[in-house]
Amino acid sequence: MHDKTLTELKAGLQAKDFSARELTEHFLDRVQARDGELNSFVTVTGEQALAQADAADQAIAAGDHRLLTGLPIAHKDIFCTEGVRTSCGSRMLDNFVAPYTATAVERMAAQGAVMLGKTNMDEFAMGSSNETSFYGPVRNPWDTERVPGGSSGGAAACLAARLAPGATGTDTGGSIRQPAALNGVTGLKPTYGRVSRWGMIAFASSLDQAGPLGLSAADCALMLQAMAGHDDKDSTCLDEPVGDYLGALDQGLDGLRIGVPEEFFPDDLDGAIADNAREAMRELEKQGAKLVKVSLPSIKLSVPAYYVIAPAEASSNLSRFDGVRFGYRCEDPKDLEDLYKRSRSEGFGAEVKRRILVGTYALSAGYYDAYYKRAQRVRRLIRDDFARAFKEVDVLMGPTSPETAFKLGAKADDPVKMYMADVFTIAVNLAGLPALSMPSGFVDGLPAGTQVIGNYFQEGRILNVAHRYQMATDWHQRIPGAFQ
Amino acid sequence: MAIDSQVVARVAHLARLRVDDDETGALSERLNEILGMVDQLQQADVSDVEPLAHPLEVSQPLRDDRVTEPDVRDKVLPIAPASEEGCFLVPRVIE
Amino acid sequence: MSSSLHNGWEVVIGLEVHVQLATRSKIFSGASTATGDEPNSHASLIDLGMPGTLPVVNKEAIRNAVRFGLAINADIGRRSVFERKNYFYPDLPKGYQTTQLAEPIVGAGEVVIRLEDGTEKTVRIHHAHLEEDAGKSLHEAFSDGMGHGQTGIDLNRAGTPLIEIVSEPDMGNAEEAVAYARKLHAIVTSLGICDGDMSQGNMRFDVNISVRRPGEPLGTRTETKNLNSFRFMEKAIKLEVERQIDVLEDGGKIVQETRLYNGDTNTARSMRTKEDANDYRYFPCPDLLPVLVSEEEIGTLRAELPELPDAREARYVEQYQLSGYDAGLLSGSIATARYFEAAAEHGGDAKLAANWVMGELAAKLNSEDKDIADSPVSAEQLGQLILRLKDGTISSKIAKQVFEACWNGEGDPDAIIEAKGLKQMSDTGELEKIVDQVIADSPAQVEDYRNADDAKRKKKIGYFVGQVMKATQGKANPQQVNQLLQQKLAP
Repeated sequence: MHDKTLTELKAGLQAKDFSARELTEHFLDRVQARDGELNSFVTVTGEQALAQADAADQAIAAGDHRLLTGLPIAHKDIFCTEGVRTSCGSRMLDNFVAPYTATAVERMAAQGAVMLGKTNMDEFAMGSSNETSFYGPVRNPWDTERVPGGSSGGAAACLAARLAPGATGTDTGGSIRQPAALNGVTGLKPTYGRVSRWGMIAFASSLDQAGPLGLSAADCALMLQAMAGHDDKDSTCLDEPVGDYLGALDQGLDGLRIGVPEEFFPDDLDGAIADNAREAMRELEKQGAKLVKVSLPSIKLSVPAYYVIAPAEASSNLSRFDGVRFGYRCEDPKDLEDLYKRSRSEGFGAEVKRRILVGTYALSAGYYDAYYKRAQRVRRLIRDDFARAFKEVDVLMGPTSPETAFKLGAKADDPVKMYMADVFTIAVNLAGLPALSMPSGFVDGLPAGTQVIGNYFQEGRILNVAHRYQMATDWHQRIPGAFQ
Repeated sequence: MAIDSQVVARVAHLARLRVDDDETGALSERLNEILGMVDQLQQADVSDVEPLAHPLEVSQPLRDDRVTEPDVRDKVLPIAPASEEGCFLVPRVIE
Repeated sequence: MSSSLHNGWEVVIGLEVHVQLATRSKIFSGASTATGDEPNSHASLIDLGMPGTLPVVNKEAIRNAVRFGLAINADIGRRSVFERKNYFYPDLPKGYQTTQLAEPIVGAGEVVIRLEDGTEKTVRIHHAHLEEDAGKSLHEAFSDGMGHGQTGIDLNRAGTPLIEIVSEPDMGNAEEAVAYARKLHAIVTSLGICDGDMSQGNMRFDVNISVRRPGEPLGTRTETKNLNSFRFMEKAIKLEVERQIDVLEDGGKIVQETRLYNGDTNTARSMRTKEDANDYRYFPCPDLLPVLVSEEEIGTLRAELPELPDAREARYVEQYQLSGYDAGLLSGSIATARYFEAAAEHGGDAKLAANWVMGELAAKLNSEDKDIADSPVSAEQLGQLILRLKDGTISSKIAKQVFEACWNGEGDPDAIIEAKGLKQMSDTGELEKIVDQVIADSPAQVEDYRNADDAKRKKKIGYFVGQVMKATQGKANPQQVNQLLQQKLAP
């Protein structure tokens, strides 16, 4: 069962080939048996999953088929889930049993989804390798000596290893797309404001966006259909009608204009990575798409702009972790300052502390204009570059990541090098655009991904492009040898 | 704009993070690497560009003035590190 | 800038006034703003700063701020932006206060104040912005079981909407500052956007004070925080002005600091600042979007504005022929104005009502430290009392007695007059008998009266009036008594 996509499992449940309970038990067993090698789950919610599966079986028996009825989903441990520990990969929240549930999770549950558990992640979603988690690194199922990418590394790894058929993630600078690419799965970051952020622990509020990771574009469409939509609880969640993502999948690509930004193919890019992305675009050309050269000159500043804006927002967002109302509190604080400083220093890991310091510095008196305001101005330039490009083309494409999965520890001591892992994904968050990564082959035996970027609220279009690509290729169906 | 141990200490205090003396050296080195990268921003000519705070320039939706939130004390006090008589406790605050 | 010198020093005062808006729910959450309940029972997940929670702006808070802006003729921010003011404090659950800085909802405006000598002065408002209130720290006996004192945190108040009204440093003494504060109180209570209960902290005043020699640049200022009564504000300003002048005249320097006033001892002390470096790292709140207020909305709110203190004052002068000063006093608080108008209507005499409200009632309220809204004598009862005065049922002397009884809860004026038999004697025959008796009992005084000239007689008749009033226990109509005496004493 575990080699099937969510879409296939949905059909199987409807045809009563197997029950939701059987399906859930199968994946719980697989997690139990194999996750020791990957560390992709922080918490497995077996009992709750079986109860939800039984409810799904009753619904199916009563003819109540919803979008996700009976389908097991693994949620990133950044989403609050009432009664279940929500750690955000941090010691700070190791003891935090959330008192409420995130909208994205609740919407999927309302469509019948079964929660398998909570997946591992970089601490507070700050990282590109899943090595900053308090619960230890996640390993890449294609090569367990390598990282799965991050921050949604647990989500991507458990999917690739077929420990779960569907997963949620969040993407602030590439945290869905980069691990999707490094694990050979499909991951979609929707338009900023498409999916509610209520209950999703904030990293950088103006960049964070939740989205699905799946084994195919069709699976992502299915999950997004359930997750997306306006939410009164999130002021930044837009009141735009939700498209028919499933209905749009099969559209032909004849006349599709694919923009190829030269900045996504810089001179120093690994040739094999560049070729891999070009090959994917050629496949789409075969289906009637046209390639158009475009330029996004300002995106070369997207990494520096991001590493001002994201830490600045994070430094403020993470101030609530003060040891007073929830989360970690140091032993026997001698006064208020001691309570704050020790709780925060002991509760946060090194990378989180670094980013808080960078963000605090960037916002502090005397530096605000030079850093934060300037980064916001650059942000507008980047958004305007994309807006100009989308006057000429329907989608933009290029490699998702400049490299395939790297060795554990390879960049642990070099934050700046680590930040460059997101060089192709970050600009999309600054502009708030939707983008996905789809598996497009292998480089030296490791999965490579190609990114498809759409205009605002064009999730349907980019899912359609990826789906048509996946109809013609089988990269997305490859399973790591050890996890067949 | 290189930062030294003194700046690190000041910023760490603002952020209520404890940085031990033996850490500041290495930490300021790391922060300088990051700020060095970030300093590429200074190249950009943005003199007549307005800052962009949100990708989509839309306006704030407003909520009707109604009481909709329930009393959650029974859910939140048990997860607090220290509470008594319905209050969260912190070491004595002297104003 | 200043209206008078203080021992050769010019005093410069500016106010920051926090006004709690009387909305049902909080500014960013649907939690109740009710007070007086169990700690943290109105602290929602949002107010607690739970991870993953997000703010949504309360429409009524925006509308109330716009109403205030319109009332002070300010520019309304068609686009206003919420920012985060970052600092750590236990009563600030998110580690930042959501407030406004660069783009506030209310821009520059002005307020006209009237001083005791009748002169008017304009105080400029720099701007007013919306923000959330903090929670409360309770310092009573909590302990961690190891003998360490603990502070309890109650977040019921956290997230209550505030407007902070920032004045220009346009006030030159405590009287002006208090007149300004009272005027703001009158405006926000007239608008109905604030309950105005100072004892509950509905309005809180931070006073910035500096002194200088005339013509010199502004001196270093101090901020005295959280004054919650007009009386304390006046005392605190006087105290701080004296202190600054003393320091400077002794050759010292004023340190920029925040001071905490203690009303019980009439002393103030320097406060340890919340954030040593005061580096609040303001930046636009990324969880909120710019708030837009349309011309249409502004037009509607403007059309719906209730009568404001200035208009009410003008109407009192016009409609009731009150003096400007009296009209100002009566219109200066919505509660006083409502009381006065009701008493005037029931009693059918605005001037009498005005005299009673500003005289007997005000004195009584003041001596018992009561709000007019809690007056034991209702406006209707005072109206009834005025009616009885006017129709001659009681004299003004008896009226005071009736008022006192009414204040003590002995019933309506009519009932009191009836029960105590306080009606004026209207039976001329009976009164004549008493007058005759008094004259018969005072042959020496009669002799004296009759020998006096007209001017002296007017004084001497007082003795007889007094005797008659005494004999009638005050129930006779003094005018009538006077008339009768004059007839009967005529030689």
